[in-house]
Amino acid sequence: MFLGPQDRPRGSRLSLRIAVVGGVAVALFAILAFRLWNLQVLDGGKYLAEAQNNRTREYKVVAPRGDILARNGEVLVDNRTSLALVLTMDKLPADPAKQKAELTEVGELVHMSPKKVRRTIREQEEVAAGAPITLRRDIGSDVVFYIEENQRRFPGVTVQRVFVRAYPDGTRAAHVVGTVGEVSEEELEAPPYKGLEPGDEVGKGGVEYTYDKYLRGQPGLTRIQVNALGEPTPGGQLVSTPPKPGDNLVLSINPAVQAAGEAALSERGLPGAFITMNIHDGQILGLGSNPTYEPAVFTRPMTQSQVNELIRDPVAAPLSDRATESAYPTGSAYKIITALAALENGVITPSSSIFDNGSIELGRQKFKNAGGASYGPLTLVPALKVSSDVFFYELGLRMWDKNYLQDWSHKLGIGDPTGLDLPGETEGLVPSKKWRDELFAKGETERPWSAGDNVQLATGQGDLQTNPLQMAIAYAALGNDGTIVTPHVGMEIQDAAGRALKEFAPKPRRHVKIDPVSRQAILEGLHEAAQVSGGTAAGVFGGFPIPVAGKTGTAERPGHADQSWFAVLAPYPDPRIVTIVTIEEGGFGAESAAPAALQILEAYFKKHASEVSSSGSAVAE
Amino acid sequence: MYATRTRQARPEPFAVHVGIGERLGLAHMDWPLTIAALALAAFSVFTLGQATTHDVAGSPGYYVDRQTIYAVLGVIGMILISRIDYSRFRELRVGIYTFLCVSVALVFVFGFAARGSRRAFELPFFSFQPSELGKVLLVLALAGFVIDGARRGSARQRTVRYLCLGLAPAALVFLQPDLGTSLVFVVATLAVMYFGGVPWTHFAVIGATLIAVISLVLVVAPAVGFPILKGYQEQRLTSFYHPNEDIGGAGYQQHQGVVAIGAGQKTGRGESATQTRLDFVPERSTDFIFAVIGERYGFMGAAFVLSLYALLFWRALRIVTLSKNSYGTLVAGGIAVSLLFQVFVNVGMNLGIMPITGIPLPLMSYGGSSVLATFLAVGVLQSINIQAHLSQKGRFAW
Repeated sequence: MFLGPQDRPRGSRLSLRIAVVGGVAVALFAILAFRLWNLQVLDGGKYLAEAQNNRTREYKVVAPRGDILARNGEVLVDNRTSLALVLTMDKLPADPAKQKAELTEVGELVHMSPKKVRRTIREQEEVAAGAPITLRRDIGSDVVFYIEENQRRFPGVTVQRVFVRAYPDGTRAAHVVGTVGEVSEEELEAPPYKGLEPGDEVGKGGVEYTYDKYLRGQPGLTRIQVNALGEPTPGGQLVSTPPKPGDNLVLSINPAVQAAGEAALSERGLPGAFITMNIHDGQILGLGSNPTYEPAVFTRPMTQSQVNELIRDPVAAPLSDRATESAYPTGSAYKIITALAALENGVITPSSSIFDNGSIELGRQKFKNAGGASYGPLTLVPALKVSSDVFFYELGLRMWDKNYLQDWSHKLGIGDPTGLDLPGETEGLVPSKKWRDELFAKGETERPWSAGDNVQLATGQGDLQTNPLQMAIAYAALGNDGTIVTPHVGMEIQDAAGRALKEFAPKPRRHVKIDPVSRQAILEGLHEAAQVSGGTAAGVFGGFPIPVAGKTGTAERPGHADQSWFAVLAPYPDPRIVTIVTIEEGGFGAESAAPAALQILEAYFKKHASEVSSSGSAVAE
Repeated sequence: MYATRTRQARPEPFAVHVGIGERLGLAHMDWPLTIAALALAAFSVFTLGQATTHDVAGSPGYYVDRQTIYAVLGVIGMILISRIDYSRFRELRVGIYTFLCVSVALVFVFGFAARGSRRAFELPFFSFQPSELGKVLLVLALAGFVIDGARRGSARQRTVRYLCLGLAPAALVFLQPDLGTSLVFVVATLAVMYFGGVPWTHFAVIGATLIAVISLVLVVAPAVGFPILKGYQEQRLTSFYHPNEDIGGAGYQQHQGVVAIGAGQKTGRGESATQTRLDFVPERSTDFIFAVIGERYGFMGAAFVLSLYALLFWRALRIVTLSKNSYGTLVAGGIAVSLLFQVFVNVGMNLGIMPITGIPLPLMSYGGSSVLATFLAVGVLQSINIQAHLSQKGRFAW
């Protein structure tokens, strides 16, 4: 022991100890200084970046979708702003009890039961896990104020301004414009939706779907400085990239035609569809399906009864577009194709006469005219005028092993997708020997192709499946000398200022050579059917000041009452537009479809038909 | 008695000198030490003034006003203490030791709890934390015991006795629980023993025991179901081994502190500092004030503060060598080492190389008890320096 009470601490041993402490101190300070140098001078940039990243939160600013306009600029779809209550799940209290209490309180504010809140969260998490959850849209400003004033009590709950699709005319052109909805998980992986995030809105149907990339716009970005709790700090808005609104889409829809068509369908109260198209460029002027729906219901949480009504009702099926997504036989409206096939293949000439004795017998089957009528000897024009079935049965019989009818059906666009710019169109079916024989070989049908099949097809019956859109293409081809147009409803993309950015004028799919004599004969037959006394639709179109060429159809659908069809080209003899109307269980063509078509043409030509005395024109077909 | 003779052997300074500066002992103060301490306190006030204006709503000067008062009181206390012959504390060692133990123990009865631990008494103006003052008191008392007991018992018995004397208050503080301060107590005890000449071999044994205890506390005890550390203490202590594992959890504070300092780069971010301004770094006025300095004033500011501490420590160590008696050596050594320990642990914690132990940065961290106690410790160092000069036996010093 070197310490004595009287001594000063001296000697080498204390000096050594002091030196050791000094040395340790030098080492420790050196460690701190080196570490400091490392952090601040060598790695400073990295930590600065991390600090910058730490204090900023990026908020996406949703871009409003472009408007959808009719061809005259009338608004079909635009946006309204709505305040939405949004939950960010990972910012809610982690403690289950606290979280539950907060959700219950928030639920009470917007009149949602805890059960409903939970269900909403669950449903949206199933679609896109981790994305912010929109608890409720269109919340009142009182709720907004309350939540913003008590933000600390509601961590993870924010109010966001969102754009909601608005439909000024309710159901107007619902099947054309379609709906929007949150992008699905499958869609997110698809190239067209690259860069989108769960919760983003995309078109789900109609032109909203087809022209989504134009309508969608680009979200903006706001970077906000936040503190450690993620709360925005005063004056902390750093950078803001404004959202780029989507471009506007102008449709070829003629609002007057569209409104008239929808009114005509709804007046009849039966399921049905109409389409009016420019026969030269394929622009669709009107397209509708009944029953229809309000696209706006998809912008709000749906009630169970709405879901049932819209989705779970296979009979009414208001969401399906009967103009393009249906598969119907057409009845006599098909006869123009039979006529063309027969004329162009030399089976008959316009002057060939066929004797109509009221029925045709084929083995054990007997095919009769509707209503038991018989018209005696007929050439093509009067056969079309009175819609003699026997005349066309005979043509079907003559061509039954030739495939002429099938070839011409496909030439005119029946049984093939048309390339329409709306999703979901049906392909249809033109029954043929090849088709039925293959089915028979596979044992999926009880008999091979027979003459009876072709006889049925000749009058638009049997296994034929088509839709008003395909019929419009076929009639248009007759009216425009054989051009198979590409039907489209999208006409132009405009920026917000109305400048055209892009025009849609899809090329015709093909040209079919049609002998002008054949064409003229058929058009004449249709004109007489529509407007000359004794024609099948003369009672409807007789008083219409514009000459037209139209054909009724009455299709027999198993399990249904007769389906009413009317196809009309106007004006005659150089038509510009075609209108097809079909009404399920609407009876004879002249009973419901033709009057509906008349309403549409009246709207298009802005001319009204005078009353004509109906002379039992709807009897025979 | 030694003490009596010493006082008799030396003229009473008050009777001889009349100048006010001389009366205050200013002439024999160690000025670099004084300047280092004052500069640190001033920098603390300056930093708090810039960084904490929004911390207490409606009272932008909350921290800076109080810290200023504490610093002024501290400087007064330092001057007063420096005028007292520190050797008196040796006579009062039993009283000091008793006061230390009782005051620390009373916290269990009267103390108010903050964040799960009882450390301080709530007084009208500030909360008094006896364990802070205890850092000085322990050194003063223990140095007395070491000097006093230097000839009693074998070396081993003495070592055990000192250890027991030092570890008793350390244990009390640990139970508050205040891990950081109890570690300072342990280090101060070891430092006094070290300068008291306890053999190296004993330190080797103590070191080995310490390692065994640490592994017992951190590994074995929790494994068999008797955790000694509170969960948060253990997490803090161990999280720095794997700081990136859990950035949102136990390693969060530390990581944010490191990011703050790194982001300061060479010259600091000033008012655009975000880490320490927007609450990413917790406890920015106390334990993590070094991170505030690092972010706001960059390497320049942080290195400046480190050099002030280096200066402080150098002067303290110099006073160890100058002391006129062994008691002074032990006291100065104990104070110097415990200051060095606190600085290293706190700055190391801010820099992410030491675990989070809740040890404040002397003179910088906001807090009355800490600032006052540190100034008093500096005052004791000054007293040793002044007494050394007055005894006219000052050796050559570097």
